Amino acid sequence: MRKELVKFAVVMLWAFGLLFPMLGAQIGFETFTFEWSRLVRVMGFVAVAYGALAAQRAVSAHRKRGHRDPGPGLAERVPPLWGWGILAAVALAFPWFADNYARDVAINVLIYVALGLGLNIVVGLAGLLDLGYIAFYAVGAYTYALLNTHFGVPFWLALPIGCVISAGAGAFIGYPTLKMRGDYLAIVTLGFGEIIRIVLNNWDRVTEGPNGILGIKAPGLYYPKLTEAGLTLGHVYLKNLTCLYYIALVIAVVTIIGVYRLDHSRVGRAWVSIREDETAAELTGIDTLRMKLLAYMLGAIFAGLAGAFYAAKVRYVNPSSFVFLESALVLCIVVLGGMGSIPGIILAAAAIIVLPEVFRDLELYRMLAFGGAMTLMMVYRPEGLIPARRRRLELHAREAFAEEEGNA
Amino acid sequence: MLKVEEIHTYYDHIHALKGVSLEIREGEIVCLIGSNGAGKSTTLMTISGVLHPARGRVLFDGQDIAHRPADRIVGLGICQVPEGRRILPRLSVADNLEMGAFLRRDREGIRQDLEKVYELFPVLAERRRQQGGTLSGGEQQMLAIGRALMGRPRLLLLDEPSLGLAPIVVEKIFGIIQQINRDGTTILLVEQNANLALGVSDRAYVLETGRVTLSGPSRELAHDERVRKAYLGEQ
Repeated sequence: MRKELVKFAVVMLWAFGLLFPMLGAQIGFETFTFEWSRLVRVMGFVAVAYGALAAQRAVSAHRKRGHRDPGPGLAERVPPLWGWGILAAVALAFPWFADNYARDVAINVLIYVALGLGLNIVVGLAGLLDLGYIAFYAVGAYTYALLNTHFGVPFWLALPIGCVISAGAGAFIGYPTLKMRGDYLAIVTLGFGEIIRIVLNNWDRVTEGPNGILGIKAPGLYYPKLTEAGLTLGHVYLKNLTCLYYIALVIAVVTIIGVYRLDHSRVGRAWVSIREDETAAELTGIDTLRMKLLAYMLGAIFAGLAGAFYAAKVRYVNPSSFVFLESALVLCIVVLGGMGSIPGIILAAAAIIVLPEVFRDLELYRMLAFGGAMTLMMVYRPEGLIPARRRRLELHAREAFAEEEGNA
Repeated sequence: MLKVEEIHTYYDHIHALKGVSLEIREGEIVCLIGSNGAGKSTTLMTISGVLHPARGRVLFDGQDIAHRPADRIVGLGICQVPEGRRILPRLSVADNLEMGAFLRRDREGIRQDLEKVYELFPVLAERRRQQGGTLSGGEQQMLAIGRALMGRPRLLLLDEPSLGLAPIVVEKIFGIIQQINRDGTTILLVEQNANLALGVSDRAYVLETGRVTLSGPSRELAHDERVRKAYLGEQ
């Protein structure tokens, strides 16, 4: 009992320190005021939350005599085909039931689905921690922006060009980092991500610097038209959000299929093997350098795709859209969703983009709530929302083993 | 079959191999014995192409492979069972074995080899769905050997297969190694347990601080006074 009380005191003290800036302390001219009522309310809430947690822990410890089954994940409960069918129907019908604001948010979700899945190749499958991923998104966006404003290249032609240039950037950045592992790799990718942003910011003559590039055209659509001169091609710009939504949907679906196919290919297995043990992978005949480079390039391609679309949708790009925070956000999506898990990443992208919109009223505390949610996730569900099967095995190896033994 | 000529290998500035030469003929079991840090694993890693020698040649069927990358060397038919087994702990036994056949495209051949491995190690067949990391040490060693066999090697390099295993398990594994050899695979075996290694091999090399100090038929070396003193624990 005494031990419990000491623990409680420590938690309260810690929470007080953590939350102090929010407790209404104000410093004025030779005065220091403090809102005691707020302090009492907040600390009271912490105490109750802690009590509830402790009680729950006690109960579960008491119950733990038996085998605790973590239960099937969301992915296993929904029959996959059904699940995908419903999801597809909802996604297709969505813009007809939504207002422009919701469509805009949905388009963002789809962009982040593509980004999350692209980064998943690098981080989730190949196990290379990349903190500068957003740089490739920037490359895709600027490629389309420059090609379109200077040379009038249409969106659909710029899309493959953007992919190629992003892949090139992936190889360019990936190549010098191939021999690095772990922390060093993370630092170098972080550096490269910043280099690209800073170049965009300072290369005035090409990128217009911090002013950004204006006047980018939306994706166009050609259609046959009968006029007095005979059959000609008509052309419209798809500026309305419903059309853009469907384009984003196509990009997201292409990414989903692409990443799924990669995950289940020889290359995917090679990546997993590299993630597990690089030397062992090498000794089973995997060309580790080439496979890692391939992971970077393919990851970059999907980011480039998303980036070009982003530029076409917003019709304006500037470097402040490609800051480190964006890389971190995409990484959060991958980790939150469950590394290597496609449905998990889709769900996480939706959560991370939609939740801040929902909590707009709490604007000030948004990042706080976000950080809190991430912390809770890592404590209670480190394998992500919908873990990849392989990954779930990894983190619950002991339970899986116990099960296996039980069956034997 | 394999001829290593005067190789010098460095780890940055550490001169690990100072002119090692050895020869392995088709069908043999050759063992490399020596104490910790003598350069045994370095020799294997240099043959496998994970490390590259600064000087010297590694001839496989007469071709110099010293500077080829590791994956190409596996493709030539030299597979290694690395020290400490290095199986992929989070993948299933079946996936681990499948990874061993990564470079091969002949589905039918892979299937047959998988069956052969399961025949050689029935316990792996029983545990094929289990994660590699949940196997016992001996089973993991079997898995590592099985994985290397899935590459259909002509020359199998084994690094300390007895490491950390109970004597009875070691005996079993060495029995299987001899059987693999009888089935036609040439073997280069690195061992600290000299007694054991000399017992199963045809010829042996003794490595000391990066140099070969003794070599000859295993039976003779087992009776050599210096070897008995240094490695077989005789006073």
